[in-house]
Amino acid sequence: MNRIDETFAALRRAGRKGLVGYLTAGDPDPETSERNIRAALEHGVDVLELGVPYSDPTADGPTIQAASQRALAAGMTTAKSLELVKRLRRDFQTPIVLFGYANPFFRYGYARLCAEAAAAGVDGLLAVDLAFEEADELREHMAGHDLALIPLIAPTTPRERAAAILARAQGFVYYIMVTGVTGARAALAADMAAHVAALRGLTPLPVAVGFGISNGAQARRAAEAADAVVVGSALIQAAGAGRLPELVRALRDALTGTGTGGED
Amino acid sequence: MQSGPDERGHFGVYGGRYVGETLMPALTELDRAYREARDDPAFRETLDRLLRDYVGRPSPLYLAERLTGAAGGARIYLKREDLNHTGAHKINNTLGQALLAQRMGKRRLMAETGAGQHGVATAVAAALFGMECIVYMGEEDIIRQAPNVTRMKLLGAEVVPVASGTKTLKDAMSEALRAWTATVETTFYVIGSVAGPHPYPVMVRDFQRVVGDETRAQVLRAEGRLPDMILACVGGGSNAAGIFYPFLDDPDVRLVGVEAAGLGLQSGRHAASIVAGEVGILHGSKSYVLQDADGQILNAHSVSAGLDYPGVGPEHALWADSGRVAYVGITDDEALAAFHALTRLEGIIPALESAHAVAEAQKRAGALGRDRFLVVNLSGRGDKDVDAVIRGARAEGADGESD
Repeated sequence: MNRIDETFAALRRAGRKGLVGYLTAGDPDPETSERNIRAALEHGVDVLELGVPYSDPTADGPTIQAASQRALAAGMTTAKSLELVKRLRRDFQTPIVLFGYANPFFRYGYARLCAEAAAAGVDGLLAVDLAFEEADELREHMAGHDLALIPLIAPTTPRERAAAILARAQGFVYYIMVTGVTGARAALAADMAAHVAALRGLTPLPVAVGFGISNGAQARRAAEAADAVVVGSALIQAAGAGRLPELVRALRDALTGTGTGGED
Repeated sequence: MQSGPDERGHFGVYGGRYVGETLMPALTELDRAYREARDDPAFRETLDRLLRDYVGRPSPLYLAERLTGAAGGARIYLKREDLNHTGAHKINNTLGQALLAQRMGKRRLMAETGAGQHGVATAVAAALFGMECIVYMGEEDIIRQAPNVTRMKLLGAEVVPVASGTKTLKDAMSEALRAWTATVETTFYVIGSVAGPHPYPVMVRDFQRVVGDETRAQVLRAEGRLPDMILACVGGGSNAAGIFYPFLDDPDVRLVGVEAAGLGLQSGRHAASIVAGEVGILHGSKSYVLQDADGQILNAHSVSAGLDYPGVGPEHALWADSGRVAYVGITDDEALAAFHALTRLEGIIPALESAHAVAEAQKRAGALGRDRFLVVNLSGRGDKDVDAVIRGARAEGADGESD
């Protein structure tokens, strides 16, 4: 059982829904980024999605695009992202998912990436633009390492396709609740709960929902349907404004008491 | 040689569909709709009629005698795609995709554009079919290709300036993919080259092969045999794929793809993805890409906005590996010289993109005997570039170091 499975099991026991926090490695510079990530973990992020910066993040809105650009300008790389994980692992047992795009992973070499990520203490990989059909090669290299390939499901994903993806899924399922790119939004998608409920019939894995959640009220509502909520752009903005710990605590507080606890 | 791609869009190890999950179902739907349309004689008939009566096809094959004389060797024929309605080969593809959009019940077209030729061709198709049209264009290209921006607006298209990255074609395409992700249920994304995720590379090649099919019939009429060589410029690679494809199985026809070498391949400021790039994944497919050691996409450079792109269509990557097509680079200066040469010698102002192919043809013709002949795909006309060429000449004169 790896750290992702353990964390979701512990959340169920505690009767609480999880907070998955995304921050871009190296944003706005490597030192500040590490400080921010440590603060996020100390104040209650349950799963860290560590963004590996990429020059052309086509699934991301303006906030994460800008974060990637700042990180790259400050010299961040895939290798340095892995070194960051290694340092975080000395102090934290929080699950870490390396969240990036296909080309930097491909260029690093799938074999090398998997070996070094596992050794550094990464628990899962998520490549936004590596479609299920194109992921076989990466999956082969992940086998033998305790790494989960986190799948994305979108509102546009037909049921039979979702079933095929989830049949091979590990860790947790990331449900993209809006048809669009990352970024804060005023309202949650109205059909989110129905979509998440439909996924329950296809997989026993925990379901995290993301894309658009920026505050405690939204997190609490999303958590009524899901096992965890993902917050990214809002954390980056809060970090830039020096209010990261406050937002993480607010999100955590909003999620407290959201689980039913004790049931299996 | 002509087989491929496989059902998931792979040309050997290249191609595929590297996009976010949100777009995957739309690509599957598009693939199915495209294959049905392709096999429907009524679709082909409608498109052929438009290509004939609206675009003005077939485009002429013209023996450029003065250019031939100046090069001093093989006869140089020009495939006059510049004479198409809208002034480039791009319309062959946009009419096909707009017709497909209509068949799929989509009323809103979206496109990325570099030189503006594809944007104009998409806006024209949208006007013709009574559809809405949104074009993403880098801010830098909006300045470089101002006449085309005006044309798009006159045609009723909304031109969205893209301010990210280098503000050129790469960023326009990234932004178009983001916008498509948010509007995928109502919008048809008209990709302008043989790039992007499957089925775009094969679909765009199929819509552009009319250029090669016509060329084949025309050279047989003019010369009684196939050409010794065919040359075309390669940015994303659609005009090249279109003219090369019907000749792949004719080993005596040498095929030459001309990439933009910008300020020179050694300068690091170029757009020669095949000649100087490495295998990577960009904008939905695996191919040759200009990138650094960390897999970050590098900024391309070319005097020609339409070639200013750090990637290339996946089928070209396969042709490069197999050696079927030879890929070379032509610098900004060489292309500009060819631009002026063709203008003065033949009274034809070529697009700066096409001028790259003309420049390579001048070199090759000189090295071949007078009994040989070659064909250059003159993919577009240069009206859009006139201001930029004059501005460039002035800037060069003003900095006092050019001579």
